[in-house]
This record gives sequence, C-alpha cells and structure tokens, in this order.
Amino acid sequence: MPTVNLNKTEFEDLVGKKLPLEELKDRISMLGTDLEKIEGNEIEVEIFPNRPDMLSEQGFARAFSSFIGVKGGLRKYNVRKSNYEVKIEKSVKGIRPETACAVVKNLKLDDDKIKSIIQIQEKLHVSYGRNRKKVAIGIYPLEKIKFPIRYLAEDPKRIEFKPLEMTTVLNGKEILEKHPVGRDYKHLLEKEDKFPIFRDANESILSMPPIINSDDVGKVSADTKEVFVECSGFDYETLSKCLNFIVTALNDIGGEIYEVKVDGKESPDLTPEEMKFDLGYCNKILGLELKENEVKGLLEKMGYDYVKGKVLIPAYRADILHQIDLVEDIAIAYGYENFKEEIPNVSTVAKESERRKLNRKISEVLMGLGLLECNSFSLSNEDNLNKKMQITTKLMKVESPVNQDYNTLRDRILPNLMEILSENKRYEYPHNLFEIGKIFEGVKDKDSLGVVITGNFTELKQVLDVLFRSLNLEYMVEETEHRSFISGRCGRISAKGKDLGVIGELSPDVLENWGLEIAFSGLELDIERLFDIIRT
Amino acid sequence: MVYRKQVKIKGQLYWYLFHTFRDKDKFIKKAKYIGRNLPSNINQIEKEFLKEVKFGKITKLMVSKEDKLVESLHPLERRVIPYLGLDVKDIVKKAELSEVEILRALQWLENKEVVTLKKESKEIIRLLKNGEEYKKRGLPETKFLKVLDKPRTMKWMMEKSGLDKDELHFSLGLLKKKGLIELGSEIKRLKKENFKDIEEFLKSLPKNFEDLNDKEKKIMEELKQRKEIIEVDLKKGVEVSVTPLGKELMKKNLDVNLIENLTPNLLAKGSWKSKKFRRYDVSLNVPKIYPGKRHFVNQAVDYAKRIWMDMGFEEMDGQIINTSFWNFDALFQPQDHPARDMQDSIFLDKKEEIKEKEMMKKVKEMHETGGKISKGWQYDWDEEKAKKLVMRTHTTVLSAQTLAKLKEKRGKFFAIGRNFRNEAVDWSHGFEFNQTEGIVVDPDANFRHLLGYLKEFIKKMGFPKARFRPAYFPYTEPSIEIDVFHPTRKTWIELGGAGIFRPEMVVPLLGENVPVLAWGLGLGRIIMDYYDIHDIRELYKNDIKQLREMKTWLR
Repeated sequence: MPTVNLNKTEFEDLVGKKLPLEELKDRISMLGTDLEKIEGNEIEVEIFPNRPDMLSEQGFARAFSSFIGVKGGLRKYNVRKSNYEVKIEKSVKGIRPETACAVVKNLKLDDDKIKSIIQIQEKLHVSYGRNRKKVAIGIYPLEKIKFPIRYLAEDPKRIEFKPLEMTTVLNGKEILEKHPVGRDYKHLLEKEDKFPIFRDANESILSMPPIINSDDVGKVSADTKEVFVECSGFDYETLSKCLNFIVTALNDIGGEIYEVKVDGKESPDLTPEEMKFDLGYCNKILGLELKENEVKGLLEKMGYDYVKGKVLIPAYRADILHQIDLVEDIAIAYGYENFKEEIPNVSTVAKESERRKLNRKISEVLMGLGLLECNSFSLSNEDNLNKKMQITTKLMKVESPVNQDYNTLRDRILPNLMEILSENKRYEYPHNLFEIGKIFEGVKDKDSLGVVITGNFTELKQVLDVLFRSLNLEYMVEETEHRSFISGRCGRISAKGKDLGVIGELSPDVLENWGLEIAFSGLELDIERLFDIIRT
Repeated sequence: MVYRKQVKIKGQLYWYLFHTFRDKDKFIKKAKYIGRNLPSNINQIEKEFLKEVKFGKITKLMVSKEDKLVESLHPLERRVIPYLGLDVKDIVKKAELSEVEILRALQWLENKEVVTLKKESKEIIRLLKNGEEYKKRGLPETKFLKVLDKPRTMKWMMEKSGLDKDELHFSLGLLKKKGLIELGSEIKRLKKENFKDIEEFLKSLPKNFEDLNDKEKKIMEELKQRKEIIEVDLKKGVEVSVTPLGKELMKKNLDVNLIENLTPNLLAKGSWKSKKFRRYDVSLNVPKIYPGKRHFVNQAVDYAKRIWMDMGFEEMDGQIINTSFWNFDALFQPQDHPARDMQDSIFLDKKEEIKEKEMMKKVKEMHETGGKISKGWQYDWDEEKAKKLVMRTHTTVLSAQTLAKLKEKRGKFFAIGRNFRNEAVDWSHGFEFNQTEGIVVDPDANFRHLLGYLKEFIKKMGFPKARFRPAYFPYTEPSIEIDVFHPTRKTWIELGGAGIFRPEMVVPLLGENVPVLAWGLGLGRIIMDYYDIHDIRELYKNDIKQLREMKTWLR
C-alpha cells in the first residue's frame, strides 16, 4: 500500500498545531491511516487506497488538522476565471481520450516543496492512477507554455522532443526504447499506431503521456511561480478527482487555482457535492444515539459541512459512494476507542458442518490408534505427486506461481506423507502418520485421508478395519495393481459398491525415490464419498 | 496402653477402645468401635486390637532404610550386589549376566546410593595380526638386516631372506629411507643399527596410552602407519566403589522372595498374600513413548471453532477454487483492484461460467452505476474477468455464498479455512494460510455488536487487551483493523480485518440492505505465539519430533 512521507516541521506548520509524540502516533492511527515510522523529523504514514487525497503532505495535514479539531469543516477552494484553453483532438480518441487541466499561480516553491509536489505525482501515479494506466499526471512551468494547448495523437516517429533527464532529442518510439521511464511504461503505448501528446500554441511538445515530459518546457524548478497541471486517461470523473487532489494540495501551500476550459468544459470542478444524510440510519448502524448537532460536529472533524439533513462533501474526496461512507467517517471522528462493545442477548443455535464433523471423528479414531496427525500444503509439484510415486496422472497447475515447488494442485495426500517420512528419517521409528486435507479433482476440492505406517499390509489393513468398524460400515478390499505399491500387496477399498481408495505396501522403487530405507505401507481414502455413503 | 471409653454420638453413648502411641515425633491415636454394651469377651478384643495396631499398617512405618532398600532391588541388582568391589569383567563371570545388564544394574544402584561410579575411558594400544606375528618372530626389517651379512643382489635376498615379496619391498624402502642401506647392483649395508626398541615395545603390548613415554609414543605413531600392526582402542570402563550403605547392604540377606510381576497364577492361588512385592523407585525417569496426536495447528483451530459454536454460530463450508466473481466481484471489489493482479493471487488458466445470472446482473450494475443506492465504481464491468478461476484469497467467499443462499435474512455463521496468496515463502510469509471468518446477519446488528463479538473471541484466544483501528477494505464500511496487545512482548500484533459489509455488496446477494457484521482473522500469529514458533513455515513443516513433543493447546 502507498505511503506518504512527511517532513515533521512542515507538517506541523500545515496542521497548525504541535502534538506530543505519543499523541501524534495515536491520532495518526485512529484517523484511519497506518503509522509506519517516526524518525527524527521524518514521518512515514501508510494511506489506505480509499483516501488518495491524503497521499500528499498537504492533503494528509488537512485531514489531520480537522481530525484533531484545529481547523474543521469544509475548506473553501476558489477557482478563478481565465481564458486558458485545452482542445482535445479526435486523433486521441481511441488511445487515451480524456484530460482534466488546471493552472495554479502564485506558488512560492523551494526544494522541499518541489520534493513534495513530485511525491504527490509519484504516489498518485502508482495507486490511484494504477501505475499510470488509469491516470497520468503532468505539471509544467506556465511561463514556458503558450495557450491554447492541443491534446492530440501523432505518429510516434514525428513526435520529437528532448525528454526529461536526457540531453538529446528522441522520437516517440525511441523514448520507449531508450529512456528508462519509457522502458518502464512501454507496455501502455507500444500497441498504438499513434502516441498522445500535448502541443502548445508554439507547436512545442509539452509531454508524451503517460510516459514523460519535455525537458525544455515540462520541468518545474524552484523559480517556477505558476504551473499548468494536466491529468490524462480514460474516464473524465477519475481524472477530474485526481486533478482535485493536486490543485487543492497546491492551494494549501499558497497557490491560487485558475480554470482551464477543456473542450469548453470548466476544469477543475471544486464545488462540494451534496449527499442526503439519514441520522436514524447512522445511529442504527453505529449503535449510538447521536443528536443532529453532535453529528454535525463529528462531520466537521472529518472535513465536511452539514446543513439540514445534507452533507457537503469536499471535491477532493473520491471515496464517498454511499451514506455508509459518511457513517464510517462519523465513527472515526467519534473514535473507535469510544464505542462500548456489546454482545446482543439473542440466542442462536450453533451447528458444525457435517463434513468437518466426520473429519474430526476419523481423526479421533486414528489418534486413538497412536497415529500422528500431519498438516501440509495443498499445493505441491509434479515431481512429488507423480514421478516419485511412479505414476502419471493428469495434474492441474496454477498460473504464474511465485513458488515453483508449489505450482500444482495435489490430487492425493499420500505424496505429502511420503515427503514427511523422507524428511524425518533421523527420528525414532515407528512413523505412523495421517493427514485429512483437501485434494483436487480438476478444480474441485474434496476431503481425503492419507495414512502411512512403518509396517506391512496387514498392520495397515488393521487400521483401516478399525476405522470402518468405528463407522459401522462394511467394506471390501480387492486385489488391484497400482504402480506406487508392491504388486500382489495392493488393494482397492470400497464400500456399498463405491470405490473409496487404495491400500498397499509401498513399492521399493517408491521408497527409493523418497530415499527411505525401511518399508512402509500407505493408504488413501476418499472421505467425501465416504461421507455420502454414510449419509445415505 | 489400651483403654476403654464411652463416646456420646447423637445423644447415645457407645463404647470404644483407644490406643495412643508415639511414632518418631508424632502421636498416633487408634480407635475401635465396640457397641452400646461391653461384650463379655472384651479382654480378648482388647488383645486383638493391640495386635492389630502393632502389626498392622503402623508397623510398616518402622521398616529400616536398608530393609526398604532390599525390597526395592531389581532382580539384576540383587544378582550384582554380592560381587560389588570386583571388576565388571569378573562380575560378568560370577553373576552370569551380560555386561550391559551389569552396567544397567550398577547405574540403578548408583541412583540408590549403593555405589558410586566413576566413568573412565582408556586408550589402549593393542596388537593386530601382523603385530602379533612380529612380536613373536621379530620385525621383517630386522630379518632383512640379519641376512645381509655382506652386499647382496636383490635376487639373492629374495631367495634367501625368507621374507615374502611385500615384506621385502617394505623393508627395502624403510631401510633406504633411514639411510641404513644403499641400493645399487647390490644392496649394501651402511650403518650398524637395529630395531630393538620397536621389538621391545611390541612385546610390552597391550598397554595404556597414558603410560607411554615420549620415545614409545614416537614408535607407536610409526607403527600405526604400517599395515595391521597395532591399533589404538578406546575402552570405556567404570570404576565402582561401594558406599557405606552398599557395604551394609552386602551383609544383608538378599534372598528374600519378592513378587516381581503380579501374575494371574499368583492372583488365582492367592499366594501373593504371604509375600512382599518388590518396591519400585517411583521417582525414576521412564523411557519416552509417543502418543497419537492432533496436529498442533488443528488443536488451535478446533478451539477457535469451539468459541464460535459456543456463541451460537453455524459453520460454513465451500470450495477453495472459485470464479473471480465470488472471490472479488460479489464482494464489490473493482476489477482493476491490485489484489486481482497475477502476482498477488493464485489464478488458474481456466474460466467457468457464472451460474447465478440474475445475481451477476445485479453485481454488474452495482459496480458500474451503484444501482439506485450508490455511485458504484463507474467503469465497464467485464464478465470475462469474473469467470477466471482463482484459489480463494479469503474465506469471505464463503460469507458471500452464504448470503446468496440465505432464505431468512438472519443468522450467525463462521468458517475456518485455508486461503491462498501468490507470495514467496519465507519465515514470515506463506502462500497458504488459515483464516477464521464470521458473519452476523441481523436487521438489528450494529457496529458495537461487531466489536463485542470480536473482543469476546480474541479474549478467549488469550488476548484480553484488544484495539480497534479504522481501516479500509473494498467490501466493508465501517472497516476495522484489529490489534491485540502481547502481554510479554508489550507490542500490538495485527490480527486481521472486520467491518460491516457495504450495502453495494449485501443488496445484490441478499436482496435488501440488512446489516451484515463480518470479519476475517488470521490464526497463524496467535498459533505461532502460543507454541513459541518464530518461523511461519514450521506450521506446516511436520517435523515429527516437534509434532510428538509439542505441548497441548490448553486454552
């Protein structure tokens, strides 16, 4: 999850209050963010994905300031009128069709502030922007740009400019091949015939989103006082929200926001959204009896305004889909620590899953016989499942596994038990083991029992016999051939005419494959089917 | 002295006999009930009472330490004691026992303070096959020099020396190396020197290594290099010294007829009545045996299950592999959510039709536009993505499926099951992990109830102090992160998440917006903490020693 790094001094400046360290730590946690660390002047906080507005130092400080009661209620953000215009041309429609833009003036930047602007951009790219796929952000020094700006797509070979961090002019294709950022995000453009660009009235290329800005006209420095901001992507609502996160943050450090007409649309839109609020619903969900004025106070602590049954939601909030989201913020403002826990005095009847119950009963019988229960992974590999067991069943593999040793769904328990035997040779015998666990038949899972004992066929069949007698079920073992077992010492287990599994003395080849030097017998029993037999 | 006395019980007087006597520093009082009247044979009864007291249980307290010891001797010990003071070797012969048996008996006797044992190990140099030969007939190099009265040819030596080919070659090499002979067309002796020291050393064997002087040690090293002459043997031995108690014991008659095993024969004939049982040393350690046992993780899982059942929850059950629809979409998790990336979840290269078409339509609408109740996620929902099979990433799948099947809009359900993540395995990460899931469906359920259920569960799992923090999950609102306070480590441990299912999730599944309290708690950390395990891989390692010896889950 994304984190935001805060400079403690700047943060306290923005918040307008200095808290003792312990209180600061506690309040950060109780605001619904996860404190990673505080070291000297550096604070690192994990921001949950529903609050991208808190991914900037300014946004986080704003929320925190309200929360601790320094400056509550809805913040006003003015958007000043202007004649700035951005035109979206048809050529970009099928590629990356939308953009939301703004201009911010009167910025007093220094190295720290520039660092914090770069942070906003990077964090939003990764999280809210889904690695630039959904949103890509560009910020440019206004003085180098001449409006109107065109957003269009061109043949990559004709897109020629000097990208950031480079000293030479490259074309669109070359940027994807040679520029480090180009290589990282190549997959977002390489399938297109044309690449999107912003061109200003001087025909200078500002950037090639979502890859990189121009080094000539797209580089913000400490001397920059005014900036042009654009977010490009596919869905205007998403882009518009993202733009709001940025311009409100810039406003919080003293900037003034100016509108840009994008194809005639006024951007950004910072009017607060209204949502109806039902106090009864809120109290019912939270189990509280809050009064209207109390709720008003709590909402203000979370940066909202409340007017007669309506909540005004700041334009930088992207996570308010339903009233329930307001209810949660009220709960946070109220303080999770202040809720009185309660178990309702209503009786209900407990019920154990019948299948789980049978598993437990079988375990009890086997433990009574002195067998040790094991517990292994449901994923294994072909070598263990097939090769070492001398068989060739069709196995189901998983896609793109990180662990190559665990890339196949197990279709039996027995190979896992063999693995356990082979890894525990140094311990005193006998090793009498069993496991009840999930195995897979295709992609469907079912319960299966595996047993291995240091002993011969008769000894293991005695175990099986005890099990079936405990279940009050008649069973049969008929001779069969199975490559994991010694021929003539292997049987198919069945009850009521249904196949249930196999039992036998493990073949010397199999023992050798597992590096075992003494004899074992093993069985595998389909408990799912056994359950069905017992139930009918 | 026995005396008679009347005792008043419930208003009636009864005769009793009393006898008081002293046992070490305690006074012991014995009584016998007679009746309301004194019988005529009261004197006889008094005598019998006195006898009972003296030869009954009380007399047994007076057995001497040595006598008690005699009764507790094992048959092996009994056979060894007469020969204490002799070498173990000699005891073997006299007692007609094997050395192992004697050593075992001596060990027991040491525990009983009858003997003290000093274990010693000696390195003894002993002769091997060739060594024995050379001891008797001299070294081959001596023989070689003896026949070499004047320069001789090799051929001559071969015929006349009486040495075999190997010995001849060896002697030749050795003597040349020592500069005693010169090789040419003839072999010529250079110095007069002999090997008396070596031969004497051989004659002195076997000998303790400790007793060797420096010169002998050098000789020994040399001989060790040669074939089959000597060998250094590590002999472990015990030196037995008899304690005063032991000496006392040796004077006793050990030939008491004690019962070793209480056989059916003894029982049938009742012959045990006239004999004594051998006394055991009940404090002795016993050889370990290993029980059949529930896997320690399952013990904890059983317990967690018990807690939910005690609170009236019904168990849910379901498949591990599901369509993404059930694992993600039905939980209002948008299709571009990072958890749906290949690197986070374990997918299968397979798709399955979503059978619940009506429900799917509602879920789709909720994602796209929020139905009529929400804004939704505002994107085009793709059925194909929802068909992709995935190994469940959380047991919440079971909750979603339970909601979808629920007829009455009310109930309490739980599950404990395995979940999967595409994560590399290390000490703190696994790809397969246990989670306990719970939901409470109730029109009157609220946030405080959620905290109540959670707190109760956590308390029973052994953590009385819990903390609830705001958190985020796509399908709950409000959302909670649960921390428990570790009493000894004094830190907070994250246990998992909880919340109230979002209306966007509940409405398509259940048909109406009923509050559903929900949680998914990891059990791994609690289990690891209880069993003092620090590597998550040990939970499924199945180390037989660990499984056998792991303490029982006692909560």
